[in-house]
Amino acid sequence: MYTVPLPIIGTDMAWRDAAKRLTGAGVRPADILWDYGTGMGELFATATPLPPPSRKVKAPKSFVQMADVVVWHKDPQRFARLYGLLWRLRHQPGVMQDRADPELAKLRQMEKAVRRCQHKMKAFVRFRDLRQGGDRRSFAAWFEPTHHTVEPTAPFFARRFADMDWMIATPDVTAQFVDGNLSFHPGQPKPDLPEDAAEALWGTYFCNIFNPARVKIQAMTSEMPKKYWKNLPEAQHIHDLIAGAEAKVRKMQEAGPTIPPERVQKIKDQLRKRQNDQ
Amino acid sequence: MTQLALSEKLAILSDAARYDASCASSGTTRRDSRDGKGLGSTEGSGICHSYAPDGRCISLLKILMTNFCIYDCAYCVNRVSSNVRRARFTVDEVVQLTIEFYRRNYIEGLFLSSGIIRSPDATMSDMVRIAKRLRQDEGFRGYIHLKSIPDAAPELIAEAGLYADRLSINVELPTDRGVKAYAPEKNPTTIRKAMGDVKTRSAVAGERSYTGKRPKRFAPAGQSTQMIVGADGSTDATILGQSTRLYGDYGLRRVYYSAFSPIPDSSAALPLIKPPLIREHRLYQADWLLRFYGFDVGEITAARTDGNLDLDIEPKLAWALQNRALFPVDVNRASKEMLLRVPGFGTRTVGRILQTRRHRALRYDDLLRMGASLKKAKAFITARGWTPGKLTDSTDLRARFAPPPEQLSLF
Repeated sequence: MYTVPLPIIGTDMAWRDAAKRLTGAGVRPADILWDYGTGMGELFATATPLPPPSRKVKAPKSFVQMADVVVWHKDPQRFARLYGLLWRLRHQPGVMQDRADPELAKLRQMEKAVRRCQHKMKAFVRFRDLRQGGDRRSFAAWFEPTHHTVEPTAPFFARRFADMDWMIATPDVTAQFVDGNLSFHPGQPKPDLPEDAAEALWGTYFCNIFNPARVKIQAMTSEMPKKYWKNLPEAQHIHDLIAGAEAKVRKMQEAGPTIPPERVQKIKDQLRKRQNDQ
Repeated sequence: MTQLALSEKLAILSDAARYDASCASSGTTRRDSRDGKGLGSTEGSGICHSYAPDGRCISLLKILMTNFCIYDCAYCVNRVSSNVRRARFTVDEVVQLTIEFYRRNYIEGLFLSSGIIRSPDATMSDMVRIAKRLRQDEGFRGYIHLKSIPDAAPELIAEAGLYADRLSINVELPTDRGVKAYAPEKNPTTIRKAMGDVKTRSAVAGERSYTGKRPKRFAPAGQSTQMIVGADGSTDATILGQSTRLYGDYGLRRVYYSAFSPIPDSSAALPLIKPPLIREHRLYQADWLLRFYGFDVGEITAARTDGNLDLDIEPKLAWALQNRALFPVDVNRASKEMLLRVPGFGTRTVGRILQTRRHRALRYDDLLRMGASLKKAKAFITARGWTPGKLTDSTDLRARFAPPPEQLSLF
């Protein structure tokens, strides 16, 4: 029996390395216990050392790409599922092409969930200006992702916000980008971030870009589920916008057409003259 | 006139911009700022940073530079004859708002449009100045969408394309007659000419010169347009016919359909009724069928005699119900073209079917796992262990999908 400790930071490489060694040595899926994030394996040192790496191990590229995403899923079974498929691939190399294989379908579903979570993180992280002075501006955000998506998603923020320092704190992992260097640290409780005046402007924008004549709440919540609302500054306005929408539209209808302002005729005459001249 | 605070201007000028449907930020070149000298990135697919309760994605800071306007388009809240509050951003204000929102990860970039002040050229050159400042002074590498001003000089459009990812110009209404009636100062011919110019410039920018040098990129995310639905009497067949021409003749990336929305302080020329949102939805579905599913306009609009789409069921299903003689199709043998016509199968599902059936025959459950919507598809397919029997030709098949008839309200 092998107990494989997997760290919270660097899970992908650790799993990949262990999986390579274990399949290389022909260790069956039933003989492995994947131990994520507890540190117990190392603490008690009861774990059998992993077999040495062997070069023979080959897996299809499509599997490796999928595994690199699935390892960040929150399901404790993810490592065992991945290893189970890797084990089958030794004798059934075609499985990756079978989009209806139940095990593969499940893993693809998990992959999709992680990708969606990554996408939502790219969308919903909200930075606050820390106003620290200095050459580079610095920002920080608190975020609560569904899966372990901080590590695979942080490079996106590094590519996008390269000229500023930033930190994304989550309960699990904290990503930090300082002077162009990205690093990961243990998670933390929600930090106290300073108020940022830009949030009020953003709220103003959110309220005014909304068209009260077409309320489609379901379309909103299916893409922006309520679980994200507490960390989105604009979400505090949603309730009032929905509540006031009908009255706003009714007011528009009751107001009806108005008399054009006086200047209109003058402007129109000028315009007509210019268009005729051309 | 008193000076408005920035937040008041923002309120007025975003309120004025909300009738533009587009918020896309996808399909441009890949860029990032890893060199540390600029800000921003674009990586193929766009990101929706928020959603308003109208269900629309908020991806870009969508604002008007000003909502002062000398034109009098009946459907537009900013027309000269309307009494809405007016405001005007300075170049600096737009630049700062874009950058500060972007740094906080609120947006993917800027979608800048404007009412027409002084002249089309003066307005367009102010807009170009904003884009230029963002790119050159601020090192901004996010997304910029500029709405071209009709009748602006071709040189200005040419410059705009150097800084913007996407340019758009609205055809506004599906027919020239409609434009004449509701937007008397706009000229459909010059709008089309502007679209033609953008297409030509994009094509030129894609070719190397004889020395092998590549010219500067021109609006790499292409151009799009918008049509208002339900303001004039055009049928869906007319609208979709116009879209097909626009996609074909001008290489547009997207045609947006915007259900005419009652606006504050509306013109007496237009109805003040709630927009038929479902009609807009059906048009988008039909648009997709035209572009990705191999349908043509005639087929999609043939289901009804009045030239409109069926509002109760989606257009693909409506077509399939009309052409039941072609069904059921065998998922293990049918051509890709035919699979794409099965209701409940999307392009991805079809791709997965084609990939997997090379290895083995597919069963009903397999299709479920591949993401097919079998509630719709099951009447139209056979698979190993599945045949729809009499279901395909049953008379109540339509009723299974259409919403139950609604009782008319008495008033």
